Amino acid sequence: MTAISIEPKAPAPSEARQSSTPIDQRIRRLFLYAGSVLLAVMFSSPFVFSVASSLKTVAEIHAFPPTLLPAVAQWENYAAVFSLKGVPFAQFYWNSAFITFTSMFGTITTAAVSAYGFARFKWPGRDAMFMVLLSTLVLPEEVVLIPKFLMFNNVPKALIGKTLIDTYWPLILPSWFGGGAFNVFLLRQFFMQIPRDFDEAAVLDGASSWQIFWMIMLPLSRPALATVAVFSFLGQWNDFIHPLIYLNTSEKFPLSLGLRYFQQQPTDAMEPREHLLMAASLLMVAPAITVYLFAQRYFVRGIVMSGIKG
Amino acid sequence: MLWTLGPMVWSLYLAFSRYSIIRSPIWVGLDNFERALQGGDSLFWPSMGRTFTWALVMVPLSLLGSLLTALMLNQGLRGTAILRTLFFIPSLTPAVALAVLWRWIYQPDFGALNYLLRELGVASPPAWLADARFAMPSLMVMTLWGAVGGGTMLIFLAGLQGISQELYEAAEIDGAGRFARFRNVTLPLLTPTIFFNLIIGVIAALRTFTTAFVATGGGPNYATWFYILHLYQTAFQNFELGYASALAWIFFVIVVGLTLANLRLSRRWVYYEGEEAI
Repeated sequence: MTAISIEPKAPAPSEARQSSTPIDQRIRRLFLYAGSVLLAVMFSSPFVFSVASSLKTVAEIHAFPPTLLPAVAQWENYAAVFSLKGVPFAQFYWNSAFITFTSMFGTITTAAVSAYGFARFKWPGRDAMFMVLLSTLVLPEEVVLIPKFLMFNNVPKALIGKTLIDTYWPLILPSWFGGGAFNVFLLRQFFMQIPRDFDEAAVLDGASSWQIFWMIMLPLSRPALATVAVFSFLGQWNDFIHPLIYLNTSEKFPLSLGLRYFQQQPTDAMEPREHLLMAASLLMVAPAITVYLFAQRYFVRGIVMSGIKG
Repeated sequence: MLWTLGPMVWSLYLAFSRYSIIRSPIWVGLDNFERALQGGDSLFWPSMGRTFTWALVMVPLSLLGSLLTALMLNQGLRGTAILRTLFFIPSLTPAVALAVLWRWIYQPDFGALNYLLRELGVASPPAWLADARFAMPSLMVMTLWGAVGGGTMLIFLAGLQGISQELYEAAEIDGAGRFARFRNVTLPLLTPTIFFNLIIGVIAALRTFTTAFVATGGGPNYATWFYILHLYQTAFQNFELGYASALAWIFFVIVVGLTLANLRLSRRWVYYEGEEAI
């Protein structure tokens, strides 16, 4: 939670534009605070409940009537998740991390290179290409699910004699081609704002296009790159439908599939495991929240805070 | 680019074929579309109906919820940064984890919701996700929890803060009350933001899959059998890839159609300051 404290405190609304009486003011603010506390409770209570459940003992999980909080917090539940019988959770964690980071790296690299191409070079058909790219933004991914599946099944079968289904290639490779329309768009807009004077000065100093890209564009676009990195991280980490289609072997599952696999394991009525299921879910949520909290000072400030300050 | 257009063309060809991966595709003309639209597939229209019901309820509710939350955060209250993070965190929850968490909340015997209801005196609270009558509303509530405080809210917040304070001051000098200022300054200037969120929201609602797939599996008794669930089942469980491609193209036409309709209607209610569009 360190990232929050460095953000500037929102100033109180200027008294000048408030025409109502001080009493009205105070009542209104009281209502607003009550409302926001209510909202905060609504948003956080499901988490509170699941954290509480994840720390319960087997007996407490199925106690009737249920209790809200565990008598003693069972932190060892979180360790137990990693040594479940028949559910290789540590393996799922590693798989998710591997898929997420390899494709995140691909997304940033290829999105930045294509955005640079769209922002700084004139080539025939560039603007038309950009429009096509933008139109793919509203294209629902589900439409190309089948042909993409076939592409990873049939084409490699014809070329190298084996399918790429049940490998990580279909999950990682697309990130290395174009890196997603939204990311290219975002980076291009950012690159366009960088003054061309910088490029020209660098050209006079004998810099090549690649050097300009590497030493001027990228360092100046850190907030945009961070945004792309976070979106791509969250997108891959949370992705469900693609792993679901491409992966069959449970040892290869990322967390999203693994969690469902765990959830669907036959339950023994004498041996409830909802507390472990909750712990496992929270272990999947935790990296997403951590990444967001670390990165939010980059992009939330860019989008939102600029307005609050002004 | 090739990544999208090439597969699209392939998919279009398959939509007119019968194909089950084992044998090569056979051209069948319009058979697949006839089967879908004329009742040859008993789940086609129900799944379409459920998806549209879902969108009709979810799009207005989540837009309104996000707007209200953003308005609340825009009041300059103390602790706004913490509240904003608190509201945003549910939207970071991966759909699978969200479904697993809420299944436990909705659990009829030991879940938090029915515990609360029993404390409040409800003798036999419903089984929520396991009850065909309640499964859909239950899914809606859990999805709203994950959606209201997310990106939509942030975009509204950015839109609200783009509105110049001078306009409010001018309106106040003219004697406009708080509501009149909202009605005549905030709302019109926010229409481009609302429009953007509407387009994104409609597409997202139609694409609903993961939460339903994990939380209910489309059940009970197909009560939450959404269109993409049907598409997935047809393509990757039954391996009717030709027919499923036709389903995908029907979906595509609907999404493009709705987006174009939205664009056209937007001229009537979206107000752009100056000439610039989004």
